[in-house]
Order: sequence, then structure tokens, then C-alpha cells
Amino acid sequence: MAIHSAPFRELRLDGVRRDFGRLSALKGLSLTIRQGEFIALLGPSGCGKSTALNCLAGLLPITAGSIWLDERRIDVLRPEQRGFGMVFQSYALFPHMTVRRNAGFGLTMRGVPKAEAARRIDEALALVRLGEQAEKLPGQLSGGQQQRVAIARAIVIEPPLILMDEPLSNLDAKLRLEMRTDIRRIHDRLGATTIYVTHDQEEALSLADRIVVMREGDIRQVGTPAELYAQPAHLDVADFMGYRNRLAGRVVETAADRVTIDLGDGALLTGLRCEDLSGTGIIAVRPDDLSPAAAGEPGVDATVRAIEYRGRDFHGLATRPDGLELFFRSDTLLETGSQIRLAADPTRALVFAENRA
Amino acid sequence: MSASARAPGARVGPSKATQRPPLRLRLAARGIDGVTLLVLPALLLIGGLFVYPFAYGLVLSFTPKEGGALANYVRYFSDPFLYDTIWTTLRLAVPVTVLNLLLAIPIAFRVRLMRHQRLLTTILILPITLGTVLVAEGMLFYFGAQGWFNRAIMLLGLSPVPVKLTNNYIGVFLSLLITGFPFTFLLTLSYVTGIDPALEQAAATLGAGPRARFRHVFLPLLAPGLAITFCLSFVQAYSVFPSAVLVGEPSRVTRVISIAAYHAAFEEYDYSMASAIAIIMAVIQLLIVGAILACRQFFYRGPVAGTKG
Repeated sequence: MAIHSAPFRELRLDGVRRDFGRLSALKGLSLTIRQGEFIALLGPSGCGKSTALNCLAGLLPITAGSIWLDERRIDVLRPEQRGFGMVFQSYALFPHMTVRRNAGFGLTMRGVPKAEAARRIDEALALVRLGEQAEKLPGQLSGGQQQRVAIARAIVIEPPLILMDEPLSNLDAKLRLEMRTDIRRIHDRLGATTIYVTHDQEEALSLADRIVVMREGDIRQVGTPAELYAQPAHLDVADFMGYRNRLAGRVVETAADRVTIDLGDGALLTGLRCEDLSGTGIIAVRPDDLSPAAAGEPGVDATVRAIEYRGRDFHGLATRPDGLELFFRSDTLLETGSQIRLAADPTRALVFAENRA
Repeated sequence: MSASARAPGARVGPSKATQRPPLRLRLAARGIDGVTLLVLPALLLIGGLFVYPFAYGLVLSFTPKEGGALANYVRYFSDPFLYDTIWTTLRLAVPVTVLNLLLAIPIAFRVRLMRHQRLLTTILILPITLGTVLVAEGMLFYFGAQGWFNRAIMLLGLSPVPVKLTNNYIGVFLSLLITGFPFTFLLTLSYVTGIDPALEQAAATLGAGPRARFRHVFLPLLAPGLAITFCLSFVQAYSVFPSAVLVGEPSRVTRVISIAAYHAAFEEYDYSMASAIAIIMAVIQLLIVGAILACRQFFYRGPVAGTKG
């Protein structure tokens, strides 16, 4: 493989701010990325993750702070001087150029000799499995093929950093899975450093070495997928990691790292303490970790409202008399309208302090 | 054709399945149905207001007051006072159109990034709504020997005598520029803003500076639209009449082709000759527009977004 990634040690964002008028889209982002990492910027829309990517690419000037590639300050450079490869959500292929000329655009701009350019384009197109389509126009390709051209175009210039802005969001579910594997394969093969923006936690968990969870222009947590999944440091992060039940209550019992919360009417749930608590707390439980309690066990009483078959087990929705909704898992089919008592797995439920947002 | 002779909508039994389907179905398959009738009013208008007068004029031009069928054309192309009008008009229309386009492109590129686009657009539309006569009148006052412009120039000592900017070639040129620019600009702006901004960003991240982005991305995508803009602006400028009379020198340097036609029709009362001149004018416009549109096929003409759908 001749195409590889330009070497560097680390990319450092130092207090990067970006304001739009009075609105602050990025509130001082600091992050260090090592060569070879696959980083996912994860967050809901409007959290600043795309702004961060555009600032990195140089498409948006930053309001304050600095960006460093090793000892070189790059936030003052124009996008064409940074040499990062970028893959856009809308693909942004040049509609008047063939696949081959699209892929080779960056090489043409760099004045790479024809023979070498041709060799590198062939390699890049082979890597994204588009060798056959080289002479077609983008309009003649499917969405997935177009996005692969965009990837080839970004990697052929051997950038130190590949930036991807929700590259799979315009594709259908099956294609998304395929492309996900392709993107990781290409990353590994090139030894590239990739920053990948997404709002899909599943995508982030499966692709990234490290995930940066963002919210309201700030970093909420940085960690490996396993860390974030098992130990979200914040209620917002838990929200993003699939902790669908978030129930507020009074702290009634604290023993070592376990906390028991009373949701009212003696409905008790126990979980791991994640933050210092003062009287009240919020317990976050994944639907998979909330299931019908064994006889005599404490739990939350509720009425089953809906239950759906998922193959291996059932997923259900139950409500409490005060309207509180609970998403749970069950091994057996329950009848809608029946009363159940649900208990959380105390090693997997997490208790946070009241929302600090 | 027995099937088509039956009443429309009649049932075709299974035994007659091999026969042709009714006329109505066959027409519908080609996209012709009741709705197609809505085209009629427009066709009537085009026929009455365009095709008929044109055909009438064409015939009229071949039936001169005296001489054979081609007498008018022979006379036109043998009298320099007449055939020079072609060149005179081209000398005005082509540079004005080119200059307008050259001005419109950079301004459109700047305006596309502006926030108060609508306000600017409104201001630019004003000269169109004012009409050439008002603009010509304004020019006579403003650029005239006693106008502000010349007074200012003389006051500043830039020129000892008034600069002659009206009643000559420059006057018509400026008038065409002023009245033609908004049109050229608005068309250009719509083509420029139609291009997905992500394309420019993509080109930038791939190492293309502003110049390369314009040359390799914008220009090829804009070319077909600019060709259309050129054609429409050119046709407008080529049929110049009021400003050529009002701020030009209609007897000599700005004796454009429409003046020659006017002269033939309303001063010599030779409608046949006037028709011949009108036809010559139309043919020249068609030749130029045709040539430009033929060049269009060398460019990419598909959608200008960077994505499918």
C-alpha cells in the first residue's frame, strides 16, 4: 500500500472558541489527539460538533484559542494550506468531473506528476472498491458510491488528518452498516488519524477508539466506547449512551457505592453512585437493565402499556399512576394492562445528582 | 384502427386483447390527455402575437414597393448607410454585454455571501423599472455639459472643458450598461447562488486557492448559465432604440439597426423595407445566440449540487 498518512505526533486544540454573533457555538474546546486515533465527536444537533470540525478544517475562523499540529500553529492557516482531507455530509463531489478527476482533484492542485497521480488515484479507487466506475460522472452513481468517491478524494492527498462530517447520514440503514466497516478498514489500512462527527451513538461506539461527547458547545466526557458505555460521567452522556429511563427521587439509603432511591410511594430502585448526592438523585437505567422483579424484591410498580417482541426477548413500556414512563425488558410475554413490579440491575443502574445543566 | 374508432373508454373484452387499446389510452401513454388542452391559450397567444406577425413581416419583406422579391435585401446590402447599422449595433451591444457580464460575476460572488441580499436586489431592480427613457433623461442632466458631473470635474480642475459623455457612443454605451446591468446581474446571481457552497469548501480542503476554485469548480458549472445570460442580455442590447436616439448621435455613430428600421417605416413609409431590416436584425441575433448556445454543449449541463437527489 503506497498511500499512507502523513506522520505527526499529536493534534492539539487549545481553548477553541467560536461565536456566531452573541451565540457561542463552541465554548473553549481543549482536546489532544494522537496520530492513528479514530475519534468520534458525538452529540445532538446544535451541540457544536460540526462547528468544531469546520474550525479544524479551516472553513470557519475561530474566535479564540489555537490549534496545533505538533509545534506548528495551524488555526491561522487557510483551509487549502492545512492539507486535511474532508468528507462532507452532502458528499460535495464536483458534478462536472468524472470519478477519476474528482478523486485526483487534490493531486492536480498539488501539481503531482501525472504518472504518480494516476497510480495513487487507482489505488485510492481500489481501496474504496470503485475501480470500475472511474469514468462515470457522480450523478450516475448511487449515494453509497458517491460517498466512497468522496472518501477516495480525501485520502488520496495523504492527509495527516481525515475529517468526516456525518458521512453516512444520507444513506439507508443497510448501506450505513457496510460503509461503517469500510471506513474503519480504510482508517486501519492507511494508519490514518480520523475525526468523525456523528449524532448516532451506535456509529460512534462501533467505529471510534475514543469518543468525545459534546453538549451545548462543551465537551461533557472523553473516553473509550467501553468507558462511556459503562460509566458515563454525566446524565447527558448517559442519555446519549442509551440510559433511556431517568427517574428522579429521594435518597433513602447509602451503602458503600450503592444508593437506593425512592421514586415516591415506596417505589425503590438501587444503583451505583456516580456523583455526590444531597438528599435527591436521578437514577439512569437502560431498558435492558430494568426487568420484572423476583417475588418479594423491592422495585417500582407500574402498569404494562405496550410490549413488543424482539426475537430473543420482549421490550415493554409501563406507566406509573403519575404518568411516569418506564422502558423495560422481559423474558416472557406480558399482557398489556397487567400490573408488574420492575427492578433495576443494581450493578448497572447509575445514580446522578440533580441535573446540573 | 377499429379500436380507435370505438367510443373512448369502451371495454375491451379478453377476446379482443390482441387489438390495439383505445385511442385515449394510447394518447395518455404519450402524456396527452385533457390537461394538455390547457396549452391551447398559450399556443394561440404565441401564434397571434409572434408567429403570425413574423410570418407576415417575412412575406412583406419579399414584396418590395418596386423590383424583384429580393430588392429590399439587395438595397440594404449595397448601401453602406444601411448595412453599416449592423456593425454599429454590434459595436455597442457586444462590448456592453461582455462588460456587464464581467462586472456581474465578481459582484454576484460577493453578494452571495451578504446578509442583506434582498435590499440590494431591490435597489438593483430599480433601473429596470425606471425604463430607458428616464435613465436617458437623468444622464442628460447628470452627464451633460452643465451637469453635476462635468461641473465637479471642472471644479476639481481635472479637465478645462466639459467631458462629452452624452450624444455620442459613450452616452449610449453608458445607458445600455446602466439599464442592462441589473438584468445581467440578477441572472448571474441566481446561477452563482445555485451552486452548492460545499463544493467550494471541498475544493478548498483539497488545496485549491480562490483562483483555482473559480477556474476548476465555479467557472465550468457557471458557463452554461453565463452563456444564457449573455444571449438574453445581448438580445436586449442589440434592439437598443430609445437611448440610441436620446443620448446618442442617431444620425451617425449610434445609428443602430432599429433606427434604420424606424426610418424606413415611419419616415419613408416603406413597410416592406422596414420588414426586411427587421428580418435581417432577427437573423443576426439568431446567428449570435445560436453560436453561443452551440458552445454550451462543450460544458457540463447537469445539476450543480454536489449530491444526488
